Amino acid sequence: MRLELGNILIKDVQFGSANKVENGCLYVDVASIKAVVLEDERIKEVTVDLARPGESIRITPVKDVVEPRVKVEGSGTIFPGVIGKVDTVGTGRTHVLKGAAVVTCGKILGFQEGIVDMTGPGAEYTPFSKLNNVCLIIEPIEDLTPYDYEEAVRFAGLKVGTLLGELGKNITPDELEVFETKPLIEQINQYPNLPKVGYVYMLQTQGLLHDTYVYGVDGKQIVPTIMYPTEMMDGAIISGNCVSACDKNTTYHHLNNPIIRSLYAQHGKEINFVGAIITNENVFLADKERSSNFTSKLATYLGLDGVVISQEGFGNPDTDLIMNCKKIEQSGIKTVIVTDEYAGRDGMSQSLADSDPAADAVVTGGNANEVIELPPMDKLIGSYAYVDKIAGGFDGSLANDGSIKVEIQAITGATNELGFNKLTAKTY
Amino acid sequence: MALKVIHYINQFFANVGGEEMANYAPELRKGAVGPGIGLNAAFAGEAEVVATVICGDSYFNEHTDTAVSKIINLIKDIKADIFIAGPAFNAGRYGTACGGIASEVERELNIPVVSAMYIENPGADIYKKEMYIISTKGSATGMRAALPKLAKLALKIARGEEILDPDTEGYIPRGIRKNYFADKIGAERAVEMIIKKLKKEEFKTEYPMSKFDRVEPGKAIKNMSKTRIAIVTSGGIVPIGNPDRVEASSASKYGIYNIANVLSLAENAYETAHGGYDPVYANHNPNRVVPLDVLKDLEKEGVIGSLHPYFYSTTGNGTAVKSSHEFAEEIAATLIADGVQAVILTST
Repeated sequence: MRLELGNILIKDVQFGSANKVENGCLYVDVASIKAVVLEDERIKEVTVDLARPGESIRITPVKDVVEPRVKVEGSGTIFPGVIGKVDTVGTGRTHVLKGAAVVTCGKILGFQEGIVDMTGPGAEYTPFSKLNNVCLIIEPIEDLTPYDYEEAVRFAGLKVGTLLGELGKNITPDELEVFETKPLIEQINQYPNLPKVGYVYMLQTQGLLHDTYVYGVDGKQIVPTIMYPTEMMDGAIISGNCVSACDKNTTYHHLNNPIIRSLYAQHGKEINFVGAIITNENVFLADKERSSNFTSKLATYLGLDGVVISQEGFGNPDTDLIMNCKKIEQSGIKTVIVTDEYAGRDGMSQSLADSDPAADAVVTGGNANEVIELPPMDKLIGSYAYVDKIAGGFDGSLANDGSIKVEIQAITGATNELGFNKLTAKTY
Repeated sequence: MALKVIHYINQFFANVGGEEMANYAPELRKGAVGPGIGLNAAFAGEAEVVATVICGDSYFNEHTDTAVSKIINLIKDIKADIFIAGPAFNAGRYGTACGGIASEVERELNIPVVSAMYIENPGADIYKKEMYIISTKGSATGMRAALPKLAKLALKIARGEEILDPDTEGYIPRGIRKNYFADKIGAERAVEMIIKKLKKEEFKTEYPMSKFDRVEPGKAIKNMSKTRIAIVTSGGIVPIGNPDRVEASSASKYGIYNIANVLSLAENAYETAHGGYDPVYANHNPNRVVPLDVLKDLEKEGVIGSLHPYFYSTTGNGTAVKSSHEFAEEIAATLIADGVQAVILTST
């Protein structure tokens, strides 16, 4: 598969009378966005607001972040099996409104949605402070279950992301990137002298609103499989997650998976990037055993010399991470795992819930329990009602002046386990 | 003005004597003695050892409470800026004494402390979380290298300056994880790491895995009808009111409870002391955690030989592995002496 990504650089977002992109500015027409969101009868009301980098704005509770993209050439549409038909994606050309995002907000569970500050110390921890955000605050109809509410918010974000992505279809991109992975034997033969490296992509699938979808199928129900890395760039994997904000992969993360990008950056230089193996993080032991057996089997089947394994979430999935690592190492394949830590507010506890000597190469996104003080912002998009209850928050987190003392766990994307950020930790 | 330093050393480094003088009681001498002279040189006038405490290693370890109170009394009026203990290198009792006294001095007198020893000294393991311990060689041949580092760190601590990472300062990592922003994103670091690992080049993991003490389960028991069984739990089941005050979290003790004449753990007689899980179901029926009712039935039916008339209970909630290890050693020794052949361990 060969995919061209055409980046249209977005430097500003403004309300307008029609949706359009002009001179690097995304104009959004509130009425048309509302119309799309309110097609879903489970949604009572939606408020559209804008947040730009550097503005004194706090967005919470944040559920998902979606990057507007559109297929220009090649089969399928963005978010296949969810928004469009379930055609295979990952080839041809895709245009991206780079620098823009749709941020969905809703108090689905109250304690598993995050905070995005557009300025101040909190902004340094979230990549979404650097984007021009179109925020959707979505109110459900009465008595809607959290499961239906989650789905409604998920679809709203993807639909608006697609609507805005379409605006880039006929625009000449500011920059063009090309990614290519050939069919297996051809790919191996392309760089016969370089080590064959793959990517084991663990998806959060603990269930009960800890879900991820692959071409529209619930990730709990898959057995691990092989994918071309470019498929993720066209939205083959989307987030349906309401877990701790810091280390859940939003749809934006899946579209821009930095491990895939970094492996491509070394493709043909230091390594031969052969492909990706996706796997899940189910809660039953038999599922964990089966899935980790599959990842090591597929890694062997692909003839890999090394893999990078990324985790999503923490605690229970630590066991999946260690099982994957251990079994793949036992197959004689070198591993690096990417995770984050829950070492306590004082940093003195054991960071992971599982451990094995095979995991001798670890990259960490930092200690999620570290406490941060977020100063008051001039404007709030969303609601403060849940800050004390948010994962990473505690009774008294929210002060009267609007400042918040929380664990960085509450900040969307803060300790991302796809290695999206520079944040890490070391032992003192 | 030079900062005031109190230095703690053992009988050997004070030239009092070797093992035969290990029972030497605490003594305070003015000025520097032994390694303290080297410390003074390293301070280059910025600090000065004003007094030296000398104590035999056996004395300290065998009469810790007495030793601590004597030493505190000896030094409490000095108003030192920092208390330095060691270097102890790999001398185990010296290391635990250095850590032990430094810990008490900091707590009682509110004076900052620092020590130095070899990473495998048991004192390092016990006290590295509480204090900075400069990493030294295993023997006194490392004195020359250790003293300047110890002096430098002591000055920084005494002045309240920021203490940098273990590699920079030379102390034994205390196991405290701290966040910082690296130069590159995690994904790039991961790809660089896999490339190095594949090339068999040196790489540095960002999180050294904790070593879990994996215990092989015992062999299956063939004939249960002849076996004496005991119950040990980390689920915190105790008689109502928690008479032994087993802590809800980070337990420092365990309780032993007689169940010879108890057929089932009743709701109003037992409860959980554990602070790490929802106690409703355990308190409603404590047999859920300590399955006494079923075991008594099995005993009566002859399925098991007999049930040991005591159960052992602690809370596994945030309890240090070291404490658990100590509890287990004591409990196992008692159970073996009591003729118990198998133990059911329940957790929550």
